[in-house]
Amino acid sequence: MKLRPLTGAHAVSEAMRQINPDVVPVYPVTPQSPIAEGFAQFKADGRVDSELVLAESEHSVMSIAIGASAAGARVMTATASQGLALMWELLPAAAGMRLPITMNIANRALSAPLNIHCDHSDSMGAKDQSWIQMYAENPQEVYDMTLLAMKLAELASLPAMVMQDGFITSHCVEAVEILDDKKVKSFLGRRKATFPLLDTVNPVTYGAMQLPDSFFETKLQQIEAMNEVNKQYPLVAKMLTKLTKRNYDILEKYKLNGADAVIVTTSSTSGIVKSAVDNLRKKGKKVGMIKLRLFRPFPYQELAKALEKVKAVSVLDRAVAYGANAPLYAETLQSLFSSVKKPKAQSCVFGLGGRDIFEEQVEKVFTELLSGKIQSLRYIK
Amino acid sequence: MKQQNNKLEKGAVVKGGTSVTNKTGSWRSLKPVWDKKKCINCMLCPIYCPENCIPVKKGLRLETDFDFCKGCGICAQVCPVKCIKMEREVCK
Repeated sequence: MKLRPLTGAHAVSEAMRQINPDVVPVYPVTPQSPIAEGFAQFKADGRVDSELVLAESEHSVMSIAIGASAAGARVMTATASQGLALMWELLPAAAGMRLPITMNIANRALSAPLNIHCDHSDSMGAKDQSWIQMYAENPQEVYDMTLLAMKLAELASLPAMVMQDGFITSHCVEAVEILDDKKVKSFLGRRKATFPLLDTVNPVTYGAMQLPDSFFETKLQQIEAMNEVNKQYPLVAKMLTKLTKRNYDILEKYKLNGADAVIVTTSSTSGIVKSAVDNLRKKGKKVGMIKLRLFRPFPYQELAKALEKVKAVSVLDRAVAYGANAPLYAETLQSLFSSVKKPKAQSCVFGLGGRDIFEEQVEKVFTELLSGKIQSLRYIK
Repeated sequence: MKQQNNKLEKGAVVKGGTSVTNKTGSWRSLKPVWDKKKCINCMLCPIYCPENCIPVKKGLRLETDFDFCKGCGICAQVCPVKCIKMEREVCK
């Protein structure tokens, strides 16, 4: 194990080098590009023997990924924002064919207006396409979660996305502990595809039409597979913890003991919230934070249980749903529906198009939660 | 359309040989009724049959395989001696 100064993007490239996937189709898009560039450098230096395919668009990237994965290959790619949007048509196809493609996303706002900075509107727009979704806080978590996601995806036969905040995480250097190559190899093993297309002795057809007599049943299998991830995730996380000594619980519960006011959020923002929690705790305020690592499948029961004794909760979303509740807030409300004692809940939308969020602003949210006079919707502008 | 009982593989992957296991005879609304006595074994109908479901053995045409015959009527059309008649399929 060694400590390396890496950006979130290069932490992914490093993980990809260690994984040495069979096929990596890519197309550049800010702020994902350094992931692919870092990996392309490894390829140019002869340190990986992956087939690096420079496609003509993200639509082609995902098509290549699907074809290669169906052939039995281990496939990785990365994208962001408009790139993910262009892939959209193929996302449910990859999941429907149950292909464990691992894709890293450097979250970026969707156009229009054109913007290259971080918000979660890209991945939140793709949340219901039967892809496992994980959100990472910092470069270290990005590295770890990339390994975790691949193992989980292959176990569940579902594709997985690992999100990191564009620029905030993807372009900032932090110390990242890298596992030994051998350990990564033994953790992931080799992919054993159930129906590889290249197996000419047992020929199969992928993507055939299914009519009303059977389509529903295939979807039920897919639903069941996604639900099963709830059970598989803790097992895979435990295996990785053995190697890294770090924790990957579905929820990171930060100072929840006796907390009256809690903020629920994801990704890099949890760092700033933790800092605000520390400040307020020093002043004797009972505040805490919950960070979600796994967004799909959504941990309804775990979140409801974690919020059992909380009096007020604010959900920080870095995305909006026009004409509806913001995505993380909506899921939190659903989690709380069957709880006996429901906390007061607030939706707090922040950071659209990469706008910074500061500690004082988070502290204000906590103060409002503790005061008991809570607006149901607020924006941190 | 009713639910099928075939085993569904993960990801709707279809294994080879489904044209044998997936019996399409139930699609038929017209049934070819073949008069063996009139038949001259010219071998036109086995060649024209798009389902390849008219078996031939030792130069003789045999009865249509109704597991796969969809009742398209091409055999009746091409028969030079008109020994095949299309009759409405009776529901059992």
